[in-house]
Amino acid sequence: MRELILCKYGEIVLKGLNRGTFESELMRNVRRRLKPLGNISLRSSQSTLYVEPLNDNIDMDEVMERLKKVYGITKLSRAVGVEKDVKRIFEVAYERFGDALKNAKTFKVAAKRSDKKFYLTSPELAAQIGGMLLEKFPHLKVDLFEPEITIVCEIRDEGAFVHDIAVDGAGGIPVGTSGQALLLLSGGIDSPVAGCMMAKRGVVISAIHFEAPPYTSERALMKVERLAEKMSEYCGRICFYTVPFTKIQEEIRNNCPEDYFTLIMRRLMMEIAQRIAEKNHLQALITGESLGQVASQTMAAMVTTDAVCRIPVFRPCIGLDKKEIIDISYKLGTFEISIEPYEDCCTVFTPKHPRTKPTLGDVEAAQAKFDFEQLISEAVENTRVKTIKAY
Amino acid sequence: MIYLDNAATTKVCPEAAEAVLYAMTEAFGNPSSLHGLGIEAEKLINFSKEKIASAIGGIPSEIIFTSGATESNNLAIFGLAENYGRRKKKIVTTAVEHPSVLEAMKKLASDGYELTVVEPDSNGEITEDALVGAVDGSTCLISAMLVNNETGYILPVSRAFSRIKKLYPDCMTHCDCVQGFMKLPLSAKALCADAISLSGHKIYAPKGVGALWVKKGVRVAPILRGGGQQNGLRSGTEAVPLIYGFGKAVEALSKTVGTRFEHAEEIRDYAVNRISEIDGAVINSKENASPYILSIALPGIKSETVLHYLEQSGIYVSSGSACSRGKKSSVLAAFRFPAKIADSTVRISTSFETEKEDIDALVRGLRLANETLVRTK
Repeated sequence: MRELILCKYGEIVLKGLNRGTFESELMRNVRRRLKPLGNISLRSSQSTLYVEPLNDNIDMDEVMERLKKVYGITKLSRAVGVEKDVKRIFEVAYERFGDALKNAKTFKVAAKRSDKKFYLTSPELAAQIGGMLLEKFPHLKVDLFEPEITIVCEIRDEGAFVHDIAVDGAGGIPVGTSGQALLLLSGGIDSPVAGCMMAKRGVVISAIHFEAPPYTSERALMKVERLAEKMSEYCGRICFYTVPFTKIQEEIRNNCPEDYFTLIMRRLMMEIAQRIAEKNHLQALITGESLGQVASQTMAAMVTTDAVCRIPVFRPCIGLDKKEIIDISYKLGTFEISIEPYEDCCTVFTPKHPRTKPTLGDVEAAQAKFDFEQLISEAVENTRVKTIKAY
Repeated sequence: MIYLDNAATTKVCPEAAEAVLYAMTEAFGNPSSLHGLGIEAEKLINFSKEKIASAIGGIPSEIIFTSGATESNNLAIFGLAENYGRRKKKIVTTAVEHPSVLEAMKKLASDGYELTVVEPDSNGEITEDALVGAVDGSTCLISAMLVNNETGYILPVSRAFSRIKKLYPDCMTHCDCVQGFMKLPLSAKALCADAISLSGHKIYAPKGVGALWVKKGVRVAPILRGGGQQNGLRSGTEAVPLIYGFGKAVEALSKTVGTRFEHAEEIRDYAVNRISEIDGAVINSKENASPYILSIALPGIKSETVLHYLEQSGIYVSSGSACSRGKKSSVLAAFRFPAKIADSTVRISTSFETEKEDIDALVRGLRLANETLVRTK
């Protein structure tokens, strides 16, 4: 008997007339990720997506893992098919729920019957299965309104199904329903988290990385690409831009006051990023900044970096503690990659005493010591792009 | 390409490469098989045992083949501690060992052994007295390397071990000779060691093979259980092709230890002179260090940056050791190098193929790096 997976939509169900757009975007995202696994049917009905394998050799554990990472799904449960026989249905329910029922006080059995030829009605089936379970677990009480455990049995044309206990999905809304934005991806812990947080709110993520050979190594770039690949398990495919940044960093170092180094570098990164965004019709920038975490992330510093931005900059980690960001990155699976010890372009020339309360005027004056325009357009021109996808 | 990272690994020599191919495609039998093809393979192993043992003045039955020096070090340390550390619970090593020794020692310490780690003194020297002084009547094992892999520093192992053996004959002595084997004159007897770790890929043999020499009469306990190959000390079908390649490499090199040493000295002296001319450059290695390894620094420029800069013109060097990509070197700190020097240290390790022109190219690259690369303040 085949298994299937039921996915519950989250807040999509609250949408009004454009709900269809959200649903079809979700279907597309799911289809894209499951396609390489084999022939799988997707069917949407009553705020639930039914994912059903069409042949027997499909790895349903892997299907489940992938679905858990699709934004827009809040709950998932696996259901197992059995013969349309009350005793068999009971056996499966007992096997799947036995341990949970042992530790519970109340439960209920819900039955659905779309195969109207089945000899029991839904309430009769529920009562029978419930009764058999009560015999096994005499300590239990039936509670139809607030049960600790709900066991769903379903009779369909092709067979009967017993549903597993639901697990949490990734939540959020489907990627592709909220526009496109460019993430500044460094290789640290915060930026991948920021990207996934925005993807969770439906944003299609592109990523931009600044490389500075020979100050940074090819391994550092490979690491960032692996981060993007990990992110793409959640965000879907990612357009990955690599900007050659060495010359600019050297000129900042050679010409501008040391304590403004990081700020000027951030401003130039923002400038390059937004030019790439504009060129590629991306509507906003995303960074992993968290207020006050380092000198360049104080409010005064952000005022000076934002001053160069013509498009919105989203900073979803802004109010999170480092610990909270780490917790998220751990769940996403990006943490282990982020902590690999390679130099990234942000740490190469860190000033000893960076400015924490810069004024815009001072930073602009410091930056004006060199005309970066030529180097900026060269960097934009020499930017390489590739598509990164996990599946 | 100018390859100056021979302490990380070497290019396999033609003799070894040919031998590997032969053992893979012709004498491919399992040395434990009873038939002729198996015997053929066994002969290749015996050949290599013979060559490697005689290169250090030992006998073939004292050689155990492993997957490399990391396994050899683990086998020596755990294997000796198990047999000789029942009552005597003290173990001794140095702060500049390879991680495969230090981590194994730390594991023993967490299992109840009392570990003493001998640190270099204020001059960055590990003295004979310091090593001998760390051992007492309840020490079961001392492990010290012959040549440090990051700086080429030569430890006074032979003198220290001979004094230790006179004072405490029951204390087992292990020496990690990976950076000394086939490079410096090496005799197991003179070293007064009970066990010696050797590696293939540092001496033009393939990666994936090493050996542990264990003095006749000394008992190591195996760390792998299985089919009982190599007298039960290292179960698992022998990697005949790699082992045969190892033996062939040793055979090819053993006649030229002296001439290659002189060549390495000449190149090292030349490099020291040329690099000293570079403004601000620092030579970390001591004068009496192994001539095959030269540790230098361009203070203020990070090691990794210099490495990648040189790489752009096809020159390959290493930052610290190759094992610890990106991580800070604990060895350089132990040798009392200030953080600023340690962060900028580059390791140059030569082979018999290294010529003065290669050093000239390196010096050109270092000069350019020194002039153009931006420094951290």
